[in-house]
Amino acid sequence: MMNLMEIAFFAAGAVAVIATVLAITRLVAVHALLYLIVSLLAVAVVFYTMGAPLVAALEVIIYAGAIVVLFVFVVMMMNLGVQDREIERKWLAGRAWIGPVILSALLLVEVIYLIVRVPVSATVSSVLTPKQIGLALYGPYLLGVELASMLLLGALVGACHLGRTRSEARQ
Amino acid sequence: MTAIPMADGLVLGGILFALGLAGLLLRRNLLLILVSIEIMLNGAGVAFVAAGSRWGQADGQVMFLFILAAAAAEVSVGLALLLTHYHRRQTLDADSVNEMRG
Repeated sequence: MMNLMEIAFFAAGAVAVIATVLAITRLVAVHALLYLIVSLLAVAVVFYTMGAPLVAALEVIIYAGAIVVLFVFVVMMMNLGVQDREIERKWLAGRAWIGPVILSALLLVEVIYLIVRVPVSATVSSVLTPKQIGLALYGPYLLGVELASMLLLGALVGACHLGRTRSEARQ
Repeated sequence: MTAIPMADGLVLGGILFALGLAGLLLRRNLLLILVSIEIMLNGAGVAFVAAGSRWGQADGQVMFLFILAAAAAEVSVGLALLLTHYHRRQTLDADSVNEMRG
């Protein structure tokens, strides 16, 4: 007997997998990004059913809200058109996809075999509150937070530098 | 109370990672390559959260936050590089990057 949370987990997982498959096979970049948003929202539901409400909220806010919006703005700046769609069609045509798909499927089968080989009846049944996450984040993981902030600062400076050189080169 | 098997969460993470890997190898569009890397990081995050929730510890979710920060940093620099390259070459072909000069 499956309860509501399990049904939600499997439904959201199926939606995430289908949307991801569609996202990596679209010819138009914006369509791929929209399917990516669906996939990320489905993964957020998966996180919620696994007892991680804070991470579910952050998945929606940062991944689907900030990172994908960054992608969408870049697509808007590039003026992609019908000819790009034809180029994509040419790139994806034929047997180009057979090798990657077979290799990835082999790796996936191995991973699934290793996971289900051990018959553990472990369940994800604990709900962690944001308070617990925050205490762990600013307690034992304080150094990691500092390093993440330095990484983000470096990324900010790098992105600023690359954008600046481009705008100056255009003048 | 919820009773989702941990193996199912790990398998979902593995499926998302494999799909991202397939997209990374399959696409020649630089933008879609970055999207595939995001999918792979997201799959790793699913596995972290599933394992963390199984033991009732916050560590898995803390690791997801670090993955989030790394993904944000990677995508901002990657998209800036991609825009610079696109304005020079007017193409998103990954093969066109091998003509770069320092």
